[in-house]
Amino acid sequence: MKKTVSNIVIYTVLILVSITMLAPFVWMVLTAFKTTAETMQIDPFVIVPHVWQTQNFGNVIKAVDFVRLYANTIAMIALRILCAIVTATLSGYAFARLEFKGKNLMFAIVLVQMMVPVQIFIIPQYVMVSKLHMTNSIMGLVFPGVVSAFGTFLMRQAFKQLPRDLEEAARLDGCSIPQTFLFIMSPLTRSSMVALGIFTAVFAYKDLMWPMIVCPDNRATTLASALAKMNAQYQQKYPELMMAALISCVPMIVIYVLFQRQFIEGIATSGGKL
Amino acid sequence: MKNKVTSRQKSEFIWGWLFILPTMIGLIVLNIYPMVDTVRQSFYKTGDFGKGNIFVGLKNYEKVLGDTEVWQALWNTIKYAIVEVPLSVVIALLLAVLLNRKLKGRGLFRTILFLPMVVAPAAIAMVWKWLYNSNFGLINNLFHIKVNWISDPNIAIFSIAVIGIWSVIGYNMVLFLAGLQEVPRDYYEAASLDGANWWQQLINITIPLISPTIFFVLVTRIIAALQVFDLIYMMIDLNNPAWKKTESLVFLFYKYSFEQSKKGYGATVIVVLLVLILLITVVQMIGQKKWVHYE
Repeated sequence: MKKTVSNIVIYTVLILVSITMLAPFVWMVLTAFKTTAETMQIDPFVIVPHVWQTQNFGNVIKAVDFVRLYANTIAMIALRILCAIVTATLSGYAFARLEFKGKNLMFAIVLVQMMVPVQIFIIPQYVMVSKLHMTNSIMGLVFPGVVSAFGTFLMRQAFKQLPRDLEEAARLDGCSIPQTFLFIMSPLTRSSMVALGIFTAVFAYKDLMWPMIVCPDNRATTLASALAKMNAQYQQKYPELMMAALISCVPMIVIYVLFQRQFIEGIATSGGKL
Repeated sequence: MKNKVTSRQKSEFIWGWLFILPTMIGLIVLNIYPMVDTVRQSFYKTGDFGKGNIFVGLKNYEKVLGDTEVWQALWNTIKYAIVEVPLSVVIALLLAVLLNRKLKGRGLFRTILFLPMVVAPAAIAMVWKWLYNSNFGLINNLFHIKVNWISDPNIAIFSIAVIGIWSVIGYNMVLFLAGLQEVPRDYYEAASLDGANWWQQLINITIPLISPTIFFVLVTRIIAALQVFDLIYMMIDLNNPAWKKTESLVFLFYKYSFEQSKKGYGATVIVVLLVLILLITVVQMIGQKKWVHYE
């Protein structure tokens, strides 16, 4: 009896919290299919659109080249994931399993990068990108993400957890260091690579300041930074704004729902860097 | 035999450096050099219209100390953090305790609460700006109130902090759930037999045992909150009367460095934030000895 009461309380709390979490998304969807007049009407206040307007979708994709924005965002994410996983797996293995002079000093550099606020890098990074004539390009978007201190840290942890015997056996069988790394050890850290990939993708997708600075051009920028521009231009046209926000976040939400376990684990290992 | 060991050492040295080389070159070029260069720039006044930069020594720092806009931005940032961090941590901890049991729909609740973490803050801010709209927004019309959530200078920063809390409780909760998995079940059973109620168990068992997790979440949340930018940039237009009362330090950094091309002054503001963050980290490292229990 006591258990039923406490269960009712727990479910009530959790359902109320869930409604609070979902309400903004529901409101975004409902608004995206209303007319502007409906959103400006308060007596009676319109919750559900009378007719689900699809012309907002047409208006938004006519005004903003979402295909291009998606292509830019996906290209940036793919290149950053590739670079981060390759460089971080190599360096993570060396930091975890090889002994060499200068290792501790180099690892200190990795830790320093993780401890300071990222904005401290941005002015010089921007100057470098403009000197290299990479503004308004995919390479400019990828630039600060070609290596990953956090990824190095994460992969080092992953390699440290693997048993030593494996390596010893491989060495006795005559495997060289790169062979041991490539064929024996790194396949065993696949789940950490996935976590790093997801973290890198979500981080790059959410980032706003860097794409705004380095790719101000509408055709070269990412979804997040294009939304910021629309937000400033459209002012009161909320159906269009909500449609744009909806277009930008639905694919990520779908992927998240499909791979939620990997997502939650991948982001939860990020140590507050998101 | 001895020769064999040294050849192994030699190859570990060579491969070790080869393996870390790409990462280290990247970190030095993209992070270490920029860090030093940002600090260097904070001693320069950015020259306008093609003129070179002028060395001004500590002038930028003197100017920052006397700049009411910077002090206001610091105060705004602190107000944001003071609301966002404790509330998001406490709410997340309570939710984690509720979810840390056999419960139908546990996974579903976790998925819903974590959802804001995979949505761009730019999109989240747009939706909340619309929810907060004083004439036609859902919140005012649902509760029949008339609050200028984001244009009243007295409350705008707190309204933005609410979005910050909403965005991050799922993330904090997942970290707490991981910490709670480590707490042995029989502690609670023993406490129940002794007649300890829900609240006493929370205070005497749960919180002390997951204090390392709480500490970690607190440190990372404070550091992240002090860097708040996206939400404020998206919510507050140039003609918003709450503009001055919501600008954060990172927002000022962005404004000076990239909208007004005063990179030297922008660099100074961000160095101040760096020092602030390092100080807080040190204070927390010392303070944790008093209340964090590592096993």
